[in-house]
Amino acid sequence: MSAAGHALALRGLSKRYGSFTAVADVSLDVGQGEFLTLLGPSGSGKTTILMCIAGFVEPSEGAILLDGRDITALPPERRDFGMVFQGYALFPHMTVAENVAFPLRVRKLGAAEREAKVRAALDLVQLSAFGERLPRQLSGGQQQRVALARALVFEPALLLLDEPLSALDKKLRAELQDELKALHRRIGRTFVNVTHDQEEALSLSDRVAILNHGRLIQQGAPAELYERPVTRFVADFLGKSNFLAGTVQEALEGGFAIGAGATRILQAATSTPPIGTPVLLSLRPEKMALLAEGETAENAVAGTIAGWSYLGAGYALNVATPDFGTLRVTLPTWNAPIAPREGLEVRLGWSSAASVPVLDDVSPDDAA
Amino acid sequence: MMRRQDVGWWLLILPAFLLMTAFYVAPIAQVLAISFTEPTPGLGNYERLFTSESVQRVIVTTLRICVITTSLSLLLGYVLSYRIALASPSAQRWWILAVLVPLWISVLVRAFAWVTLLRRQGLVNETLIGTGLISEPLALVWNEFGIVVGMVHYMVPYAVLPMLASMREIDPRLLAAARGLGANRLTIFGRIFLPLSLPGLLAAGVLVFIFTLGFYITPALLGGGKTLMVAEWIGLQILDLLRWGLGTMMATVLVVAILVTLAIFSRLVDMKRVFGGGGA
Repeated sequence: MSAAGHALALRGLSKRYGSFTAVADVSLDVGQGEFLTLLGPSGSGKTTILMCIAGFVEPSEGAILLDGRDITALPPERRDFGMVFQGYALFPHMTVAENVAFPLRVRKLGAAEREAKVRAALDLVQLSAFGERLPRQLSGGQQQRVALARALVFEPALLLLDEPLSALDKKLRAELQDELKALHRRIGRTFVNVTHDQEEALSLSDRVAILNHGRLIQQGAPAELYERPVTRFVADFLGKSNFLAGTVQEALEGGFAIGAGATRILQAATSTPPIGTPVLLSLRPEKMALLAEGETAENAVAGTIAGWSYLGAGYALNVATPDFGTLRVTLPTWNAPIAPREGLEVRLGWSSAASVPVLDDVSPDDAA
Repeated sequence: MMRRQDVGWWLLILPAFLLMTAFYVAPIAQVLAISFTEPTPGLGNYERLFTSESVQRVIVTTLRICVITTSLSLLLGYVLSYRIALASPSAQRWWILAVLVPLWISVLVRAFAWVTLLRRQGLVNETLIGTGLISEPLALVWNEFGIVVGMVHYMVPYAVLPMLASMREIDPRLLAAARGLGANRLTIFGRIFLPLSLPGLLAAGVLVFIFTLGFYITPALLGGGKTLMVAEWIGLQILDLLRWGLGTMMATVLVVAILVTLAIFSRLVDMKRVFGGGGA
């Protein structure tokens, strides 16, 4: 298959069902050959957006452009997009080979050409030996690969994936993640994926778009989103995070200082909000360290271990602090400086660049 | 070897089994046995199947009416089921009610209703003459046409129910998937929907066919005694002509025909799905 990625653009896309807004004014660009993931909790509008792209849902407003051409009004059967449905939607009365041949058959390809393409597609997903089986005779992972082969066999302009791995168990999911990623590299097509699994989004995608309540909250490369979340929702949804609330006390060179109760925290930043404004800092659990006797750090907070758990590769500690409530800290097990114990007094330290100021966009009904 | 707990289960159905045998199977077997004993012992009655023109005519007429009725009922029923299966859930309830209501009206009432509609001075003929489309009333009842109309009307709900059940099992995502892969509506229907609804279609076909084979009241009323189907013919032999041997011979043939149809059908389709056995 030739590398022929196409670029997709969403312009001001909205979808309303009566008074309910499923998607609100989403604009998004997917570059040629890019792997974009729409990530969000259930009800965030991610699937509705994918269905708009596929053509099954008609947007209330906005446009969908493929290589600059408006395809908003085009019915799904004429868009030429491959799609892997949730649960795969393999045709139960057709063999694997017939399933894969289906899109070629409706395009009226000759028998010889069809057979060659089906074989190539099954080779691509390493299922050449399974052509004569029925879908129900395959495992979940194999069914998923058949769905992929069927969606790719007609060399679609775009591959759409609707929660492609959600039906699989954890180990298989990790395996197929790697496969999917390798497949994307190999064929160089544009992929748009929808998931609620943040790990899957981080490991698969070139770029991730995070959605909540139908709005696009932030988009960017996985590392960018993880390291520099713009809002509390993003920081919380992508990985785990502590949130430190305080008010701006002082502008400093390369950052500012905030105060919360008796504690003063330094935050690296390029600009300083006005003195006295409340701010929220996101601080990842793995970016804190336990300080030894006499050791110093830019920021240091004392607390007591309120609870802990052993996770194999690491310890997760819940440290109760006077000014920031309970902070979650993770330590690698192999060189943990202490043996965790409830009631143990510890000091947490982190650099001013470890945390990020975020907007507080989490309403009470979002609390997980 | 049967395990002990299995024996327990079989004991549970034993009373019902004995009741059925004593009051249903045994009397029927006794009646059917008459076909071998009256008027003289032997296979004389069955010989008539090959020699008597009137016996053969009844069988051919019955089969012809059954095939036509079954085909029409399936066609109408399929269209109706398709429409219902694709309707919104609230609309589905109204559709199903509309399909089921005729089932609750006496078959006698419905047959007479058709007579008043279709007879020479009936609504249909009067309307057609009134609009000047025809000058002489059409013979719409007391013939095969009338029988078929009445029977199709009776059978459509029986055709709809199994077909609707199997159509509802079709995952709508399959239809969306086919569309997304580039198939137009006709292809989706022909390659996905129709093959997946085929078990329901077969089940409905067998159900309707078996029903029509033994149908009595509707053909008797709408056939006007001129077109005889098997059930009416049996009644005639036994009640009016007192030819018990011939009547029970035909009854035996009817029972065997039904059993053979079911046997062939059970080879084709999983019977549990048709009559709603548990599990998927």
